[in-house]
Order: sequence, then C-alpha cells, then structure tokens
Amino acid sequence: MSPLARKRLGRIALNSAGVAVFLFAVFPVYWMVATSFKPNDEIFTTDFVPIPLSPTLDHVERVFTKGVAGHSIWEYLLNSAIVAIGAVTIGAVFALLAATAVARFRFRFRTSFLILLLIVQMVPAEALLLPLFLMVRRLGLYDQLLGLIVINIGLTLPFSVWMLRTFVAAVPKDLEEAAWIDGASRFTTFWKVLFPLVAPGLVATSIFAFITTWNEFVFALTLLNDSGNFTMPRALSFFIGQRSTDWGGIMAASTLMTIPVLVFFLLVQRRMVSGLVAGAVKG
Amino acid sequence: MAHTPTIARGGGDPSAPARGNRRKPPRRKASGLPPWLIPYALLLPGLVVIAALLLYPLFQMVQMSFQKVGLRQFRPKNPLPAEYVGGENYAQVFASDLFWSSLRNTVVFALVTVAFTLLLGTLVGLLLHKLGGKMSTVVIVGIMAAWAVPPTSAAIIWKWLFDADAGIINWALNLLPDWLSQLAFGRSDWTGEPWLNDALSIYLVLIVTVVWASFPFIAVSVLAGLKSIPSELYEAAKVDGSTGFGTFRKITFPLLKPVFSVLVVLSVIWDFKVFTQLFLLAGGTNMPREAFNLSLWSYIEAFNPPPDMGLGAAVAVVLTVILLLITFVYVRQIVKTEDVR
Repeated sequence: MSPLARKRLGRIALNSAGVAVFLFAVFPVYWMVATSFKPNDEIFTTDFVPIPLSPTLDHVERVFTKGVAGHSIWEYLLNSAIVAIGAVTIGAVFALLAATAVARFRFRFRTSFLILLLIVQMVPAEALLLPLFLMVRRLGLYDQLLGLIVINIGLTLPFSVWMLRTFVAAVPKDLEEAAWIDGASRFTTFWKVLFPLVAPGLVATSIFAFITTWNEFVFALTLLNDSGNFTMPRALSFFIGQRSTDWGGIMAASTLMTIPVLVFFLLVQRRMVSGLVAGAVKG
Repeated sequence: MAHTPTIARGGGDPSAPARGNRRKPPRRKASGLPPWLIPYALLLPGLVVIAALLLYPLFQMVQMSFQKVGLRQFRPKNPLPAEYVGGENYAQVFASDLFWSSLRNTVVFALVTVAFTLLLGTLVGLLLHKLGGKMSTVVIVGIMAAWAVPPTSAAIIWKWLFDADAGIINWALNLLPDWLSQLAFGRSDWTGEPWLNDALSIYLVLIVTVVWASFPFIAVSVLAGLKSIPSELYEAAKVDGSTGFGTFRKITFPLLKPVFSVLVVLSVIWDFKVFTQLFLLAGGTNMPREAFNLSLWSYIEAFNPPPDMGLGAAVAVVLTVILLLITFVYVRQIVKTEDVR
C-alpha cells in the first residue's frame, strides 16, 4: 500500500471512530427528544422508529396542562428555578468574599481553609442527609423551598470558592493598589476595580452552581413532601414511579428539564474543565 | 515582580530582588476593621455555612451512629431523647448480610465503572487530539450533550432504552444473527427481556449509564492535558524512530500522570457514592435488596418505615470513612501540584 493510501485509510478510520463516539454520546439524548414527539403507537412498538413519523405535541401539552401529580410541569420548573436562583445568588456573594480572602490575603489558617474546602467537597451528601433532615425539621423548614435553598448553598459553596479563587488571583494586584493610592476606599476598590474584572469568573462559577442545584435529587427527595413543592428531578422520579409506562410524557418532562442545563453547559464548558482539574494541567 | 539582573545568574552576589520592601499603600483614615482582621471577616459567612451545613452535620452523623433514633424519638408528642447504645449499630451493620452485599456492590461497581470510564475517556481524548478541527468540534459538542444531561434524566433515558418491551436495546440484540447471539450470550431471543429486575443486570445498566455520562469529562480533561504538551517532544520522538504506543508510554503518559491521578480519584469518589441513578433505575425504595449499595442501604434504613436512623447513620459513617481515605490521596496530589500555601 502506498503511504498516501495508508494515510487516507488512517484518516477514514479516525473519522469513523469520531462518528461512533458522537453517536454513542448523542443517541440517548436524541432518543429522549424523539420519544417525546412520537405518538403512542410509534413509542410502544417492538420496531425501530428512527424519527417521529407523525410528530405530535400531545405529550408536551399533557405535561403542561394535566401535569404530574396534580400540578403542571410549569410549577416544578418554577420551583427548581426558585431553588437554583436563590441558592446561587446567596452562594455567589459568600463565595466571592471567601475567594477574595484566600486569593488576596496571607493569613494564618489559609492553607488549612483550602484543604478543608477540598475535604468537605468529598463528603458524600447522602451521609449528611440524616442530620440535615433533622436540622431542617427542627428549624421548621421541612417541605419548604427555603430549606432546600439553604442546603444547596452548603453543597455548592466549597467548590464555588475553590473555582473562584483562581479568577480572583488572576486579576493583577497593581490595579487595586493604584486605586488605593488614588484614595479609593477599600469598598470602592473592591466594587469598582476587582468586581468588574472577576465578574466573568463569577458568572462561570454561578452557572456551575446553578447546574448542581438544578440537578440535585437526594435532598429534594428527602426534604420535600407536598407535590406542590417538588423540584423537577423530584417530580420526574414521582412521575416514573406513578405512571411508569407513560414514556411519551416522561421523556417530554425530562427534555424540558434538560434544556436549561444543556444551554448553560455549552456556555461554560471550557472553564468547567479547568475548574475541576484545577492546576493538575499545567501548560 | 522585580526582575533579577541577568548577571546575577552567573553566581556571585545576587542583587537582592526588591520583593520584601514593596511600597505599602498609605494608611487610610479610620475605615472600620483593622487590616489583619479583613480576611477573617471575608471568610466568616462562608465558614459559617460550611460549619453549620457540612461540619456540624458530619459530627452529628457520627454521634447518631452511636444512638438509637427511631419512631419514638420522632413522634411529635413528647419525643424520647435519643438513647446511647454504644457500638450496637455498628455490630448490627457488620453482622448484616446486607453489609457485605452492599459493600461488594459499591466497590465492584466503582472499580469497573472507573476502569471503563477512564479507558473510554482517554481513548476519546486521544482521538479528539488527532481529529481535524471541524470533526473534533462536532464530537466535542456531542459528548458535551451527554455530559450535560442531569443524572435524573440520564437514568430515565437508559431505563427507557433498556425497557423490556419497547426498548431499543432488546430490538438491537434481536437484530444480531442468531448464531452470534447464541455464541456470545447463549441465547438468541431478547424479546421482553427485563433488564431491571435482578441485581446483576441492574448494575450492568447502571455501569453503562454512568460511563456514558462521565467519560466526556475525562475525554475533555485528557484533551486539555494533551494540548499542553509541546509538539517538539513528539517531533523529537519521531526523529528518534519512536512510534504509536511507545510514544504514548514514554511521553504522553508520564506527562499526563498528574492529570490522570486526579481524574482517577475524582472518578472513584463520584462512583462510590452513586445514588440518584441507582435509585431511579432500580425502581426506588422497592428495589431488590441485593442491589443496594452503601448509599442506598443507609438511605433506606434511615427513611423507610420503620425508620432506624442510628443504623442508617452507622452505614453512612462507614461509607464516609472509606471516601475520606480516598480523598486523602486526592488532597495530597492537589497539594503537590498546586500552591495551596
């Protein structure tokens, strides 16, 4: 075989492998979306129906109007949004303050604090479930979105601080010192100089926290009781338990839950990797 | 940063870099806090949250694992105080046959899943590095989609793909020529095969689900690592006559080792405590007991009637101890590669 032919063959092999990976990754997602637009006779069949032949909005409409467990899916999406936005907003403020402290100041216990952050990230949430469940009940926050907001702040904060501190550290200190010398107060320096420069990092970190909170299932399962308070993942698990064969409806609801995450994900994908592997990739 | 004159490199008396005596910003008129207190004030809200929502509960969990906490401690009318029972919960845990089956499920699942995830992720990472620009972007967007799907949805999607009656997997297995199916699986008819009834096949589906959702992260991390390796190294290796696998073993792998070690530990930690996907795939609290892992067993003891929170806490402590041991390796790796000082 001539080198040229071999090279071409190699390229074909690589590209087919690429296509295979793409299909493996995307097909399940596609199948979820496709199922939610198929009429029932195309869903419940032992044949392969690659695309919705007579696409229908029945399932999507049904989860909105009839809903799940007596509530429209809107309410669950709204609950999820309330919890996620609440936890992210408060969490972002706390994370920014703490990240500034560790990135801008040298003080005793700084290293201990950073190691603490790493360790608490690894504690399984399932292990904290029992004590937090009792705490939430004692505070009268059981079956309330506020309880879930508080818990999610705790769950996302360590990682947010860890990720955000690299963004704060990346802002040149000289800028703040210049403002400081020009007579700006500490607060003004922070607000007018540091904050605008860290804002993109803050957005990336917040999106990450948003996704984590949006996807959170275990605490929503344990701390919510009334179906009117369910978040999306909780509602979905209820759905599959209650009407386990309504695949059209389940897939429609699942698609609706996935869309916001998908959009956010593509926005921050690059930062996500650098945040998670933090520093292990030195380039 | 102050630049040291080049001459200083030749040895002799290096002219002192002007690091220590940077000019200090002028002192401000009373602005509230003394400077040394500022970092602590900034940390305070975060520390309070971590202490109240992560550290204190951790302590409480350990405490509860030595207590009897059940219905009588929960009832709204004059609840009994939790009763100290010493190591009774632990004795019960280690004596239970559920402990060994859940531990086995947890460990075997984590090992198998981590191995597959890393293998597939690394291969895809290498592939992405070799692919042309356009193709590479398309594949990256594709695997991002798999990564982005919430765990709840992922579990439900695979449950649907593996559905006994209308699932696409059974349809695809039926497509295989009978002799091949006979040879590989000892059967040729897959119609109505229920995948989610017994522990072994539940875990098979679970492995597929988790590998599918987590290989993209490995692939993208490996790709980022590969991009940071200077291409001169590869050119030099080529000149020296090194090929394919040799180059990977001698150049790529050693340089990516820190990335790999972090990825391995992160994956082990994530896969050790898998809950959501197992819960949904196996049918919630009604799942077969043989399919429990430690997380689920703890949850079910603690919350399924009759609740035995002490026992649940003891199981959770066992899981946490295992995870903290693994975390220790991870923290050491991070401290080695990054400046936490």
